[in-house]
Amino acid sequence: MRIGVFVCQCGTNIAATVSTERVASAAMALRDVVHAESIQYTCSDPGQRTVIAAAHKYALDRVVIAACSPRMHETTFQRTMAQAGINPFMMEMVNIREHCSWIHSDMEVATEKAIDLVSMGVAKVRGQTPLFSSHVPVVGEVLIIGGGVAGIQAALDIADAGMPVTLVEKGPTIGGNMARLDKTFPTLDCSSCILTPRMVEVKHHENIRLMVNSEVEQVRGYIGNFEVDIRKKTTCVDEKKCTGCQICEQKCPSKAPDEFNAGVGETKAISIAFPQAVPLVAVLRKEHCRLFIKGKCGICKKVCPADAVDYEQEDELHTEKFGAIVVATGYELFDWRQAYPHYGGGLYPDVITSMQYERMLSASGPTGGRIQRPSDGAEPKEIVFLSCVGSRDESIGRPLCCKVGCMYIAKQAILTREHIPGSRTYVFYMDIRAGGKGYDEFCRRAQKEAGAVYLRGRVGKIYPRDGKLVVMGADTLVGENVEVEADLVVLATGIDAAAGAGSLAQKLNIPYDQYGFLSESHPKLRPVETTTGGIFLAGACQGSKDIPETVAQASAAAAKVIVLLSHDELETSPMIAEVNHMRCIGCFKCREVCPYHAIEEQGLRDGRRVAVVIESLCQGCGLCNVACPPSVISLRGYTDNQLIEEVTEVLR
Amino acid sequence: MSGGDIKLVGFLCNWCSYAGADMAGTSRMAQPAEMRIVRLPCTGRINPLLVLKAFQEGADGVLVSGCHPGDCHYNEGNYYARRRLELLSRMMAVYGIEPERFRYTWISASEGARWAETVTSFTETVRPLGRLNLAGSGAEDDGRDQGPASGSRSPAAERQGT
Repeated sequence: MRIGVFVCQCGTNIAATVSTERVASAAMALRDVVHAESIQYTCSDPGQRTVIAAAHKYALDRVVIAACSPRMHETTFQRTMAQAGINPFMMEMVNIREHCSWIHSDMEVATEKAIDLVSMGVAKVRGQTPLFSSHVPVVGEVLIIGGGVAGIQAALDIADAGMPVTLVEKGPTIGGNMARLDKTFPTLDCSSCILTPRMVEVKHHENIRLMVNSEVEQVRGYIGNFEVDIRKKTTCVDEKKCTGCQICEQKCPSKAPDEFNAGVGETKAISIAFPQAVPLVAVLRKEHCRLFIKGKCGICKKVCPADAVDYEQEDELHTEKFGAIVVATGYELFDWRQAYPHYGGGLYPDVITSMQYERMLSASGPTGGRIQRPSDGAEPKEIVFLSCVGSRDESIGRPLCCKVGCMYIAKQAILTREHIPGSRTYVFYMDIRAGGKGYDEFCRRAQKEAGAVYLRGRVGKIYPRDGKLVVMGADTLVGENVEVEADLVVLATGIDAAAGAGSLAQKLNIPYDQYGFLSESHPKLRPVETTTGGIFLAGACQGSKDIPETVAQASAAAAKVIVLLSHDELETSPMIAEVNHMRCIGCFKCREVCPYHAIEEQGLRDGRRVAVVIESLCQGCGLCNVACPPSVISLRGYTDNQLIEEVTEVLR
Repeated sequence: MSGGDIKLVGFLCNWCSYAGADMAGTSRMAQPAEMRIVRLPCTGRINPLLVLKAFQEGADGVLVSGCHPGDCHYNEGNYYARRRLELLSRMMAVYGIEPERFRYTWISASEGARWAETVTSFTETVRPLGRLNLAGSGAEDDGRDQGPASGSRSPAAERQGT
């Protein structure tokens, strides 16, 4: 056995707190280590060449690289091994950066720890055997979850590359939050004018299958071979027959809250979300329908000229196979009411959210583009905008910045001046965050051209007085308290991941944070990948972002999917379980615990029934290894002996 | 490890807590230096005997950390782990090990700060307990009892002998 140890300095990232020379010389004292050296940047081209040269010179058969996290560079150095003619799995990475040099300041302590960690790596690699990947075929179809602008962009890009796409949307129409916006910053482009043509393109694309009112129920499988259950919920309307004439909506006697319009105005129990909906198909919501509540009605069925209404319609469950999945579930606004009782907690009708205001600005919205106070329908003259409601507020445990609030407040202030000549707008802000092309200029335009008065400070209280709302805040730049009498108050509420993002993440086995935002694999270098192979992120489901960023990320995710599916076969990880058939007692405890049904029963010539691992299904979790009573199943790369050696070595 | 100091071993799931520890490092969150991390694919890969083996070999504390229940990368591995580790933690006193020396927790990839806090609080819990004096452990042991598990050889030692 000939082990080489390479201790990376990572410039000063490691060398500033760990004496890499001392670690290397200590490694030389370890059993089977024939060569050890310290390298300035091991991952660089000269660094890798140094490793390869040493591997040849000292005839190494095993290598330990003490550097950054294996999550960062394990594949890099596995490739180096292949170039050096060593099996890639005969290399063990030891994390002396994230787990050592970056968290300790005492050189002595950090160096001692690094020596320990290297000894663990050496102990583990001693027990390593060469492993070889096998290949599995890749399914050529793609699933996209979420039909907002991110999902639409990704679907069109992938479909244009010739790959079949299934776009699953929870709601009755695609378009997402962008379809609810009136204008977009900083160009004041009409949001629906730029979005709806793309929505129609999705509907007519030969490679896209659109499934609305549908949700992902279960996900099985792995990269290249996912099997997904999709539930298409009943809407009591036959999608193929409905022509979108809206006669049912006109005649329906049951009123229902208007979710698309963020609760501004009302709609009917059977309705179409908005005039440009794709698909343009009515949806019946049973919880608001007189027939389902009281058992008497049936008007929509009678008036429908296409005979599309079907009260007996049931949910459909589809099971489909996909090679890759793009998650584009977007965002929703933080519900501010509980957290801000001092803003009325939702009791004052004239304190509204920015999305409600946006719907009023929209010409196709519930007010036809007329801004009015919800309390009395009057046109407001004095309008106050509050930024960071539920953002950057440690007092309610929400330190995150929504990233778009400053910009859409500026947009709404400009639009307000256009809608209501002679109106006055006030903006209470924390900081103006306008870091984008043309963004800062746009905010200045709100102040100079639209005359918005910007006051730097938080608002402490809002209360009603004589039909108006008194907004009590501070102007911290002047150092004075400020009181504004407003007709309407608009809250720029913070942004959360869409409801259900967390439970979807659980189904997909991808990590997420406390706000439900899904985690990318690496914040800099793998921004659209997740830690689960074959699952990619696009748009605000990963973190709040504006439309250009969302579209860019969606195209990036599409590119990653296209790269993945351009291969007919994929290499699988060989770090999977194997059974020692000689000693297997045939109890099949392993089969009971295996989450992937990767264990099957096989008869041997001597008549014994033994467990066999199906290599293409095993994902290498190691549950069977622990469950096996005679301990004859080993997880390659993490065998019992390797782990015991690793632990024993460091405690010696 | 330098003598006299306590020795802590952490068994971490690659998909969540190990990445969380990476994040704590990337964010330069200072932590005590006694922890030695062993990377595993899943907490479900942890045989309780491995934890006992660590104590037997001289660990003064063992910390296991995996994905939050419901978030397992392999769907259900941490459910198996939770049952085993909970049982194991209740058995600690029987083995003559103060229960505070063993802890299991759930830390996700995005919870770097939580990892740093966990390492700090665990180290501060074990430090006052000092070195573990486990009766019947180690090759130099002559069979006489000196530790808290007086009167009997540690079952851990017996079972791990295979």
